Amino acid sequence: MFDEIRNKVALNAYITVSKDQARVQAEKADPKRDARLTSVAIAVKDNISTAGIRTTCGSKLLEDYVPTYDAGVVSQIVDEGAIVVGKTNMDEFGMGSSTEFSAFGPTRNPYDESRVPGGSSGGSAAAVAAGIADVALGSDTGGSIRCPASFCGLVGLKPTYGLVSRFGLVAYGNSLEQIGPITKTVRETALLLDCITQKDPRDATSVGKGKAQYIEELDADIDGIRIGIPSDFFGPGTDGRVTKSVWKTIHALEEEGALVEETQVKSLKYSLPAYYIIAMSEASSNLARFDGLRYGLQDKKGARDWSSLFIRDRSDGFGSEVKRRIIMGTFALSAGYIDEFYLKAQRVRTIIRSEFEKLFKRFDALIGPTMPTLPFKVGEKTSDPLAMYMTDIDTVPANMAGLPAISVPCGSADSLPIGLQIMAPPFREDIIFKIGSMVEKISSWRSS
Amino acid sequence: MRQELDSDLGIKIGLEVHCQITSLRTKLFCSCPSNYRDYEPNSVICEICMGLPGSLPRLNAKVIESALKIALALNCEIPPVTNFFRKNYFYPDTPKNFQITQYDKAGGVPIAHNGFLDSWQGRVRIRRIQIEEDPGKLSYDGNIVTSPYALVDYNRAGIALTEIVTEPDLKNPRHAREFLFKLRSILEHIGVSDGSLEGAIRADANISLAGGKRVEIKNVSSFKEVDRALNFEITRQKRLPGGVMETRHWDEVRRVTVTLRVKEEEEGYRYFPEPDLSPVTVSRDLIDRLKAIMPELPDQRRARFVNEFKVSDEVAKIITSEKAMADFFEEVILLQYSPKIIGGWLAVDIPGYLKRRGLDFKEIGINPSHLAELAKELADGKINDNVAKSILMKILPVGESPRKYLEIENEMDEPSLREIVTRVFARNSGAVEEARHDPRVIDFLIGQGMKETRGRADHALLRKLISEKLSQESRSNQPKP
Repeated sequence: MFDEIRNKVALNAYITVSKDQARVQAEKADPKRDARLTSVAIAVKDNISTAGIRTTCGSKLLEDYVPTYDAGVVSQIVDEGAIVVGKTNMDEFGMGSSTEFSAFGPTRNPYDESRVPGGSSGGSAAAVAAGIADVALGSDTGGSIRCPASFCGLVGLKPTYGLVSRFGLVAYGNSLEQIGPITKTVRETALLLDCITQKDPRDATSVGKGKAQYIEELDADIDGIRIGIPSDFFGPGTDGRVTKSVWKTIHALEEEGALVEETQVKSLKYSLPAYYIIAMSEASSNLARFDGLRYGLQDKKGARDWSSLFIRDRSDGFGSEVKRRIIMGTFALSAGYIDEFYLKAQRVRTIIRSEFEKLFKRFDALIGPTMPTLPFKVGEKTSDPLAMYMTDIDTVPANMAGLPAISVPCGSADSLPIGLQIMAPPFREDIIFKIGSMVEKISSWRSS
Repeated sequence: MRQELDSDLGIKIGLEVHCQITSLRTKLFCSCPSNYRDYEPNSVICEICMGLPGSLPRLNAKVIESALKIALALNCEIPPVTNFFRKNYFYPDTPKNFQITQYDKAGGVPIAHNGFLDSWQGRVRIRRIQIEEDPGKLSYDGNIVTSPYALVDYNRAGIALTEIVTEPDLKNPRHAREFLFKLRSILEHIGVSDGSLEGAIRADANISLAGGKRVEIKNVSSFKEVDRALNFEITRQKRLPGGVMETRHWDEVRRVTVTLRVKEEEEGYRYFPEPDLSPVTVSRDLIDRLKAIMPELPDQRRARFVNEFKVSDEVAKIITSEKAMADFFEEVILLQYSPKIIGGWLAVDIPGYLKRRGLDFKEIGINPSHLAELAKELADGKINDNVAKSILMKILPVGESPRKYLEIENEMDEPSLREIVTRVFARNSGAVEEARHDPRVIDFLIGQGMKETRGRADHALLRKLISEKLSQESRSNQPKP
């Protein structure tokens, strides 16, 4: 595996390859033990803390930061016998949809190296798609697992908020995000999810799951399952090839017995702006701790006082997209504006939640495209932040409402993969796996 | 006179009292031990209280009960659900550059609000009580303005605090001090905060004079300093009518306040709900259960001391102003039922001694049996009041039984006192002569006798012996016919 990683260094999927630690983990592994991930090579997004392996979040500010502890999910997968092969590239602190905003350079899409792998968990997706990791963990604040899964022809799941421990995940928008699997098949995603859903007492929002095993929900009958297709998910910015491929798959599901009905999510158009206000507001507070005083990049020349030290460390350490979001988030929480922005965005969030609640009385799941477009070219959207933000239009509602959502490959156009998104009610990942495994079976896409 | 002056000035003082919940064994959001004072700087820290990337807070559920006890003792309303907010500001003592606290706007609900505490100078309304995390501790070389560096100790970061915010109902610095002592005694009686620990109870004060702006004073380390800082501010603000709304730092060494920053508006802190902590439900059952086990509070205890032990209200007030003292009092009278004697010592003599030595009541050396022994001697008339007090002063610093001093005193019986009188007569023959004609000079002789015995002699006995000797001698000295 490590030779292959070296051969594919041009993809820039990894920030850090943890060969020495992997050897230690492999030696410690007990083949006789009944572990579910024995010897599985796993790539971990670089915002998930790993004791003894640097965790940079794609930022210059944390270039040399080595955590003292393992994230909850890392302890769980290592306990199941998995081997962490490295830490994957990402948009700095998760802020981006293309893995171009990394202090360590952009990651390339294995299907076309002139294109982006999606983001922000682009390194994790590229590693799995290129075969330089068996499976990967990503994190999803507004689509950061599903977007790269879609662009790299993989399965990627954002679990229900609270299903997976966030302890050790370096926070971007902490009321929105979850850690989840990025794998080649629905089966692998279900297996990996089964291994990371222990309730974690260190995360007060962690609920965990009961005894049910998701892996047992695969290949089930979908006869009579009610699927809603919100027309709003096929907005004007949606590429016709994406629409065509997704609808083709929906019709195939109908043939398998699913009851399909078109519907609407009226609050969808407010979802994206409200999402960005909440995520940026939370980020402005979450990222305040990075001042260079206790860890991370510090100006060695010293400073006259603490505030000029903080200003210098943060000016040098953060990239421009991160600064943009911190400034906007700070503004949205400021005196005189909090009502108009942050509090209003929270009210929108409540409306979105209740609209989904109502929809899920009529439907078992909702389906649409994951991304409105095919993977775009490296550099195509970096100078147009709004165009970049718009690519998250279909993925953010799940984060706003705390719902589980998966991206499953459903087809391709010009040899580029297309992903289909399935959303379900909270803690009903079982429904997602049921439909997801059927999509996998009937779609023309086969991951290489 | 002073009162009149205060009311003329329209003084309004409000307090924000931060009290550490010292009864908790661990910090507010992690399992680091809370007795941080026993450790080297920066040695009781973890990824959570240091705010390392990816760490999450987890509420120490016991803090809720402690805060509710305070709320009940301060007659507060308790909402059914309470939540946590972030207060965002950059400062090196705050590892995350925000503090997890509670808030009363934008959907925030603190653990309790709308309470009161009655003091001698009137009712003081409690605006709210909130739970929050203590920041680390900054140390300077000299003072904050001129120090070339600052050192940070994060051991204190994340310690559970409650902040008790009063309305500006305090009328003068002395009132503020009285309030603080009373509050401290309440916190000790309900067993949540040990006020004798350095920095366990800290107060920020805000003060305004009629027509002036509100000034907040920070870094006030003790209740005595609150008094001093407020008096300084009154003098300063009287000279500068109007003034600016600002935060000032109390320089304990120079005894002046200096501008720290011109007061930022509260909204400058960008308060918003803490996403990592769920709201906490406070059940009626829990409140009822806590009410049922509520211990006797200082006011109730004071009334009981007056009724049961017949001590004066003033004495009872002083004794119950500190739980340790009130407990000590009850232990002593259990051994020797002389409440008035013991009450007097505890309310007057012992505090005077402690003040002179700069000690806290808990640092008192003697134990209740020592004091009981001494009180018994006095009650039985074996020694007089002065002797008892002088023995008290001897045993306080060393913390020993008064027995050995009592034995010396017992030697001061009538025969030995007679010898002393003889000695006084021999040394003061002139005065003895005068005393025969002028009874007022007898007092001088008694004084000499007291001096000789260093105050240990029984005054009445000494007078009796001197008078006897005078009449005897005048009889024997009468000219022969």
